[in-house]
Amino acid sequence: MEGNIAQMGQFIGAGLAAIGSGAAAIGVGHVAGNFLAGALRNPSAAASQTATLFIGLAFAEALGIFSFLVALLLMFAV
Amino acid sequence: MAGEAEVEGSGLVFHPLDQFKIHPLFGDGPIEWYTPTNVTLWMALAVVVVIVVFVIGSRSRDMVPSRIQSIGEMTYGFIYKMVEDVTGHDGVKYFPWIMTLFLFILSANLLGLLPMSFTPTSHIAVTAVLGFGVFFFVTLLGFVKNGAKFLGLFWMSDAPLILRPVIAIIEVISYFVRPVSHSIRLAGNIMAGHAVIKVFAGFAAVALISPVSVLAITAIYGLEVLVAFIQAYVFTILTCVYLKDALHPGH
Repeated sequence: MEGNIAQMGQFIGAGLAAIGSGAAAIGVGHVAGNFLAGALRNPSAAASQTATLFIGLAFAEALGIFSFLVALLLMFAV
Repeated sequence: MAGEAEVEGSGLVFHPLDQFKIHPLFGDGPIEWYTPTNVTLWMALAVVVVIVVFVIGSRSRDMVPSRIQSIGEMTYGFIYKMVEDVTGHDGVKYFPWIMTLFLFILSANLLGLLPMSFTPTSHIAVTAVLGFGVFFFVTLLGFVKNGAKFLGLFWMSDAPLILRPVIAIIEVISYFVRPVSHSIRLAGNIMAGHAVIKVFAGFAAVALISPVSVLAITAIYGLEVLVAFIQAYVFTILTCVYLKDALHPGH
C-alpha cells in the first residue's frame, strides 16, 4: 500500500468536512421554504422582503462554503 | 498537480483547480506585485466592460430606451432602490461606491463564465481586498459619524443587564468575522461553481457517461450565471447592511 496514515486522515477529514456543505443545504432550503410559505399566505408583503430573503440565504450558505473551503484546504493545501 | 491526479487513477486528465493558477502574461519569471498576470488582465477587462456598457448606454438618452440603455437604467434603478431601502435616506450619499462594487463584481463574475477565461473574483486575495476595504471604510465611517456612540452597536441596551457583557463579546466576534465571511462567501461560491464544471468536464472523457456529463455541464453553467448575479447582489446588499450599521448603530 502506498500513501500513509497522514494522507488517509487528510482525505477522511475532507470527506467529513463535505458533510457541512450538505448541512448548509438544509439551512438554505429551510430559509427558502419558509419564505415561500410566508409569501403564499401574504403575497402582497413578499416583494418587500426579498432583500431579507437573500441576506438569510447568504448567511446560511456562507457556513457551507466554509466547510467546502476546509475540505479543499485538506485536499490540496495541507 | 495534474500528474498526481493521474497517478491516483481518478480518471481526470487535468486538475479541477488548475484553472485558478496565476501566471504572468509575458514570460514566466517570478510574480512581483507589479507583474501583469492573468488576474490583472481580467480585472482590467471587467472595468473596461463596465465603462463601455455605461458610456454607450448613456450616450443617446432616448425616451424609448435601446437595449443597452435599458440595461444601464435598470441596473442603476435597481441598486439605487436597494441602497435607499436598506440604508435609509442618508445612505444614498454612498450610492456611487456601492454601485461601483456591484458592477465590478458582476462583470468580473460574468466575464469569468466565458470559456478559457479567468475569474478574478474566484481568488480570496481579490475578494479579501474588497471585503476588508468595505470593513475598514464602514468602521471608520461609524466612528467618524457617531464617535464613541458607535460602540453602542455591541452593547444591546434592551437586553437584560446580566446578559449584556456576554452578548457584547458575541457581537464583537461576529463584527470581526464579517470581512472574512464577506470575502470568502464570494470567492468560495465562484470557485466552487467553476471547479464543479471542470469536474464534470473531466467525466466527459469517459465515452459511456459523456452525454450525461455534457448535459450536466450545460445545466450547471445556467446555475452559474444565476450564481454570478446572486453573489454580486449579496455582496452589495451586505455592504449596504454594514453601512446601515455604521450610520445608525442604535437600531
